[in-house]
Amino acid sequence: MKALTFTLVAEPPERLDLSPLTPERLAGIERRDIEKIQIGMSKHGSKVGDIFRVAGNDPLDIVFEGGSTRLDRVAEGMRGGSVRVVGNAGAQAGRAMRGGTLTIEGNAGPHAGSGMRGGRLEITGNAGEHLGAPLAGELAGMNGGVLIVRGKAGAFAADRMRRGLIAVLKGSADNAGSRMIAGTLVVAGGTGEMPGYLMRRGSILLDRAPKSLSPSFVECGAPESVFAAVIDRHLIAEGILKRPLLGIAPQKYGGDNAVLGMGEVLFPR
Amino acid sequence: MPNVSVNGITIDDTFAEAFGMRATAIVITAPNRKWARQAAITMTGFATSVIGCGCEAAIDVELPPSATPDGRPGCRVMIFAMGTDELQKQLLNRVGQCVLTSPGSACFAGLEGSAELKLGSALRYFGDGWQISKKIGGRHFWRVPVMDGEFLCEATTGLTKAAVGGGNFFVMAESSAKALVAAEAAVAAIGLVPGAIVPFPGGIARSGSKIGGKYKGMIASANEAYAPTLRGVVRSELGSDINAVLEIVIDGETNDAVAAAMKAGIKTVIELGPKRGAVRISAGNYGGKLGKFIYSLKDMLP
Repeated sequence: MKALTFTLVAEPPERLDLSPLTPERLAGIERRDIEKIQIGMSKHGSKVGDIFRVAGNDPLDIVFEGGSTRLDRVAEGMRGGSVRVVGNAGAQAGRAMRGGTLTIEGNAGPHAGSGMRGGRLEITGNAGEHLGAPLAGELAGMNGGVLIVRGKAGAFAADRMRRGLIAVLKGSADNAGSRMIAGTLVVAGGTGEMPGYLMRRGSILLDRAPKSLSPSFVECGAPESVFAAVIDRHLIAEGILKRPLLGIAPQKYGGDNAVLGMGEVLFPR
Repeated sequence: MPNVSVNGITIDDTFAEAFGMRATAIVITAPNRKWARQAAITMTGFATSVIGCGCEAAIDVELPPSATPDGRPGCRVMIFAMGTDELQKQLLNRVGQCVLTSPGSACFAGLEGSAELKLGSALRYFGDGWQISKKIGGRHFWRVPVMDGEFLCEATTGLTKAAVGGGNFFVMAESSAKALVAAEAAVAAIGLVPGAIVPFPGGIARSGSKIGGKYKGMIASANEAYAPTLRGVVRSELGSDINAVLEIVIDGETNDAVAAAMKAGIKTVIELGPKRGAVRISAGNYGGKLGKFIYSLKDMLP
């Protein structure tokens, strides 16, 4: 079996909804039927065959050769297998994923990994705003799994996160981890204003002191932390980081006391 | 088959008889080796025999920092009991009173078994609402605030139903001092066998017992056949050359672990020789009808 490959022929004329092209939804479908699936979101109504050249036959191993910011909802809701985008992705990449791996070898748009519940999403470039965050009207953001951004993340990364791990390696914009319910957000490379704004529980782990925190965060000392040692080793073992992030006794700020106040921001002293 | 002699030591033609048990294991870590051992020794105190302690427990192996989940020195502790409920109770009481309380400690699962026992998922209530749940790479941890920082404890650990308790052999010597030298050497050798513990004080029991006794309510009582002071009075198993008998009792994660431990211990006693150590090795059994596991001494020879 060869990887089911969608090669982008030209820049798409409209935004595309790629959510039908997941391992589950393509299982058992012939290639000529795949080419007939409508993915265009405007009056053009482009079909897969209009946009991509399709090759290969293994739906558990899907590759999009060539990326575009118009490729929305890549691998939405996938439960297993692997999807790889060689290039950029549009909005909501890996949204509501439950399993498998999604790799984007480029940049991702807003709401990447939104509400994901399991699996592993890795973005080698930058991610847009609202990384892992809920769409309007949803109560919780990311609910499990691992989301890695090797580049930067836009504002409100990990907004309303509830479970799982998000790691951003080259810095995030303002309000990272805002309204977190629980879970773990790792940001190396600095954060924008007020990380953890209105967080209830959860951990925001930084490689340096944040440049600002909401005034309702309080200083909580820096005792030795086995948790810091365990998460440092985990991040290195998973190939997410190369060096320990926190060390053995990170500084802790607790908050946000404007809400429940059981969250924490940890960084090496 | 008659008794055999190896390196001048008589090996009785008999066998050890052992029983199926439930066992679990945890890994205790601390800022240094001293405190990892301290927490482990404290939680395995008063855990020599299920007869009176509820469980049998001891340090299985010491772990270098490279082999623990948090990169600190640690100990793998094994606990054995006759039933799952008792094992669960002993585990929580002992970790709660002896490991949670020990400075700088953390506690991790030490066994992947057929079922799970509660660990941090019960001890977390010590946090009184301030405990924090963390799932890291598929493992679930609880962080409980304590006065020197946080007690990190894995939510559950594994339980095995394939454990074996009561593997044993007797080290028989001309004097107490020689018996002790031989028994200590055996314990040191068994300490290197993974998955096997020797739960008695320093790994050695001097009061090997028989089942029951003449007094009502005694579950176990003096094994007079092996008591040198009664050699002339009762039907003794001891010849005129034996003045001290020490028993090594072994619990293992598996049948193989017990056998490996017995082999390691007996090999060491034989290598030590009769001049410095034991002149004879025997084993305890109940006629072979009660225990599920039989370890014939002639199969345990090096």
